[in-house]
Amino acid sequence: MPHIALPDGFPGITGGFAFRPETAKPLRALAEVLLRGPSTLTSAERETIAAFVSARNDCRFCQLSHSAAAAHHLGGDDSSVDAVTRDYMSAPLSSKMKALLAIAAKVQLGGTQVTAPDVECARREGATDVEIHDAVLIAAAFCMFNRYVDGLAMVTPTDPALYDEMGRRMAHEGYLRPSRG
Amino acid sequence: MPHITLPADMPGIRGLMAFRPETAAPINELVDVLLRGPHTLTPGERELIAAYVSSENDCKYCRTIHGAVAARHLNNEPLVAAVTCDFEHADITEKMKALLAIAGRTATSGKHVTPADIARAREHGATDLEIHDTVLIAAVFCMCNRYVDGLATLAPDDPEFYRERAKIVSAAGYAASAITPSPSQ
Repeated sequence: MPHIALPDGFPGITGGFAFRPETAKPLRALAEVLLRGPSTLTSAERETIAAFVSARNDCRFCQLSHSAAAAHHLGGDDSSVDAVTRDYMSAPLSSKMKALLAIAAKVQLGGTQVTAPDVECARREGATDVEIHDAVLIAAAFCMFNRYVDGLAMVTPTDPALYDEMGRRMAHEGYLRPSRG
Repeated sequence: MPHITLPADMPGIRGLMAFRPETAAPINELVDVLLRGPHTLTPGERELIAAYVSSENDCKYCRTIHGAVAARHLNNEPLVAAVTCDFEHADITEKMKALLAIAGRTATSGKHVTPADIARAREHGATDLEIHDTVLIAAVFCMCNRYVDGLATLAPDDPEFYRERAKIVSAAGYAASAITPSPSQ
C-alpha cells in the first residue's frame, strides 16, 4: 500500500502523477525528451539504459515498464533488454552502448564514481559529448524516478500483460499523454 | 575539468543547462514548482531539504548553492550548517526533522522509507502533500547531484560566489536565472 493516499487505479508512477499534476508535467516532459526526443541514440538504446539503471536500483515497476518499452521499440523482442539487465557486458550490444552502460552503472552508485577513463573509453567507441551527457542524465533521472516510486511505495502490479501494454503506449504514444487508471 | 566540453563561465548544473537546453527546461520547471511553488512548507524549508540531500550525496556545487539559497530565505546561515551537520539537533520544527529523516532515507534508496518514518512525520502534522514533495525533492536532488558530479562540472571554492548567485535565484527563480551570467566572473 502506498505511504500516502494516492488515487486508486493508477499503477506505479502514474499514481504520483495523478496526485500532483504540477510536478507530473515537467517529469513527463523530461522523460519524453530524454527517451523519445531527437538523438543519435535510438529510443530502444535509451530505454535500455533506463531499464538497466532501474534494475540496479531494484525498482521493479520502472525496470519492467521500461524493459517493455525497449522491447516495443525493437518490434516486440524482449530478449535483448533482459540480457542487458542480467549481464550487459555479454549482451548483444554495440561496444559504444557497453561503454555508455558502464558510465550509467557508475552514475547509479554516485556521480563522482564516473572517471575520465570511463568517459575516454566511451569516446574511443564513438560516443559523442551529447551521447555521454544523455547517458549520464538518463541514469541520474532514473535514480530520481526509482526513488519517487519506491519512496512513496507506489503500487507495483504483477501482471506481465499490464507491463506489455504500458510499454507499448510508452514506446508508441510517448510520455506526454495524461495518466490513465 | 568537466568530462565533456561545457561553457567555461557557467559552473555546476548551469553549464549543463546551456549545453542541453531541451533537458534544462523541464528540470528548471520541476525545481521551480518543488522549491518555489505555492506550498505549506516555506521556500526556506524546501531549500533545506535540497541542501541536506545534496550534502548526504556529497555534491559540493548543489550542497553549497542550495545551502546559500536556504540561508537567504531563512536569513540564517548557521542554521543551514547545523541542519546539514546534524538535523536532529538543529533548531527546526519536529515536522521538519521528520521530513528530513524521510529525505535522508530516500537518498539512500526509496525502499528505505518505512511506515514508521511516515507515521513520525504525520504525528508532527505533515500532510500527504508535504510527504510527497519531500520524497520528490530528495529524489530530484539524487538526480541533480549525479548529473552535476557524473559529468565532473566545476564547483567554485569561494562562498561569496554562491551567496551572490543565491540573491539572483531567490529573487527570480531557477528557470528565469538559468542563463544569466555569473555575477562574480
